[in-house]
Amino acid sequence: MSDKIPVTVLTGYLGAGKTTLLNRILTEEHGRKFAVIVNEFGEIGIDNELVVGADEEIFEMNNGCICCTVRGDLIRIVEGLMKRKGKFDAIIVETTGLADPAPVAQTFFVDADVGASAKLDAVVTVADARWLLDRLKDAPEAKNQIAFADVILLNKTDLVTKEQLEEVEARIRGINPYAKLHRTQKCAVPLDAVLGREAFDLERILEIEPAFLDDEDGHAHDHDHAHAHGHHHDHGHDDHDQHHHGHDAKGNGGRAKAHSHGGLKHYHDEEMQSVSARIDGEVDPEKFMPWINELTQTKGIDILRSKGILAFKGEPKRFVFQGVHMILDGDLQRPWQEGEKRESKIVFIGRHLDEAAIRAGFLACRA
Amino acid sequence: MSAETTIPENFSLTEHVTSFAFGEHISGAAFLGDIVGFALGDGRVVLHDGEKSRELAAHEGAVQVFAHDGEALYTGGDDGRLLRIDVSGTIETIADEKGKWIDAVAISGAGAIAWSAGRSVKARDKQGGLREIAAPSSVRGLAFAPKGYRLAFAHNGGASLWFPNASSPPEVFDWKGSHLDVSFSPDGRFLVTSMQENALHGWRLADKKHMRMTGYPAKSRSLSWTHDGKWLATSGAEACILWPFADKDGPMGKAPRECGVRRARVTAVAGHPKALVTAIGYDDGCVLMCRLTDSAELLVRRASAFTGAISALAWNRVGARLAFGTAGGAAGWLDLPPLP
Repeated sequence: MSDKIPVTVLTGYLGAGKTTLLNRILTEEHGRKFAVIVNEFGEIGIDNELVVGADEEIFEMNNGCICCTVRGDLIRIVEGLMKRKGKFDAIIVETTGLADPAPVAQTFFVDADVGASAKLDAVVTVADARWLLDRLKDAPEAKNQIAFADVILLNKTDLVTKEQLEEVEARIRGINPYAKLHRTQKCAVPLDAVLGREAFDLERILEIEPAFLDDEDGHAHDHDHAHAHGHHHDHGHDDHDQHHHGHDAKGNGGRAKAHSHGGLKHYHDEEMQSVSARIDGEVDPEKFMPWINELTQTKGIDILRSKGILAFKGEPKRFVFQGVHMILDGDLQRPWQEGEKRESKIVFIGRHLDEAAIRAGFLACRA
Repeated sequence: MSAETTIPENFSLTEHVTSFAFGEHISGAAFLGDIVGFALGDGRVVLHDGEKSRELAAHEGAVQVFAHDGEALYTGGDDGRLLRIDVSGTIETIADEKGKWIDAVAISGAGAIAWSAGRSVKARDKQGGLREIAAPSSVRGLAFAPKGYRLAFAHNGGASLWFPNASSPPEVFDWKGSHLDVSFSPDGRFLVTSMQENALHGWRLADKKHMRMTGYPAKSRSLSWTHDGKWLATSGAEACILWPFADKDGPMGKAPRECGVRRARVTAVAGHPKALVTAIGYDDGCVLMCRLTDSAELLVRRASAFTGAISALAWNRVGARLAFGTAGGAAGWLDLPPLP
């Protein structure tokens, strides 16, 4: 399992800075070798890497799943790259600015050959701090990319005022409060902020809480927010990343809750939202499984991403699932630890989600 | 080998195998007379005459696709080059599709060659006349019709039959889904594709009648006809699945045969050129020969935990030698001894 090649998907609307990030990843001294699948050939300033041109060929699958589309070109290229196995450590897929990330992600779950040799690591979306608000109004693709992301680089922060930056960040959080967000200029982030995230690895889904700004420089702190960041300061600025690993592992829900009521303005995007629900205890798998299957089958077109950590009745292990549209991937994970509260939590990010119905449906699964 | 021979129990061919370790994915294997050629994932082509080998640095990158006509190997790489390599090791560049991968290559018995790179399909006849056509999607499967200068290419939504030297548009055989490999039955009556959906699809050319061949747990990416053209041997299941094509309706309404049932997935099949025998390669590296008349099996290569799935399998012209290669870089050939 560990010898599957990790795949990072780079998305972002036209001009947001995807190519800048890609060039940064490829030029930095990291000793890793990447195979890069690009759609806009020639923009990459590197010629000693394994760069493959692709044509975003989106195919419908004949599996009765109406929103199930895959990238045929990606299947072909990953298969071909595996003939050079050992020559690269990871694959990066750069999508076009107008691309929907879903077919790329679904390819790794739907195609057994691709899934056997490669694993999706994370969807990284580069957003232009200056123009994102406009794109959220006029470009459904840009909103999709934000909603789908595991990691968001809010880039070109030098081109906007502090107030504008907070505004755009709040808009992003209104759509996707769960992605790791980094404020950047010229996409300058440590590589491990975008690579090796294991965002689709069931073993690594440790908590489901809104994520918060990783780069706090210049950030307005109100009382709650400052409180939440107090912990962060203990570690100093140099070990942000260790800090965040620690944060993941601990899963302190209380702290994150303080975050979610932090200083950011709250926006509710009319179209795209996240819905979360929690049961303070166990769920009955006999009720939950039919419900989640029915929900994703009927509303899967609108549900972009889903995740959950569940305490099944009488089950010593945590049940963890994640989904992309109608495709669900779930498994029993590590055991609930002693002293750990057995609770059940789910999260959906999607379009026009019926929050009340989802909550009610989930709560009815209580054991 | 004949159908009447009784094979003794525990008879194995493994000691008649000459083995190599190339350490790179084996993209293709073929015999050119007494010489065996292997095309590798690092772009090398190795020619071996039984005593010494000759390495050619053919491609920069991997050999992605492979074909042969008994006189030469044809290799297409992710460096965009399509090469012809003959027994003497002479390399001729047939095409250079700069910046693209060669995704498929096919050879006709009459000296023509076809290749694809993305959506572009090109055919070159024996005289060197080059024609190009744009397919509806990227093309991963090409096959020349057994007779006449006619090319089949598989694409999203079906397959097309194209007369490169005619001005008429290709004839489309449609079926929803993404079609990968394509093959004509040796009598030219049927066209079969492998699909993204763990299935094969077939058409009777005369009336475009559909044949769905389903039930595979994985994609079926290796197709090989028996020498008499009556059976199509296929990979993708934990046995070699053979579909009957002898009748005028082909496999319509008929169940396939299975042979070489093991707890491992078949990844490559190769029909013997003269007998009703199919060589079968598995994802655990095992190779068997299976005789269709009585389902007798002979072991050619034992399963190996470290060398990967069988990725190449080919008989020589007379069926006395069998070459194989694996995804993990092991290769070899069998010299078929006279049966005891």
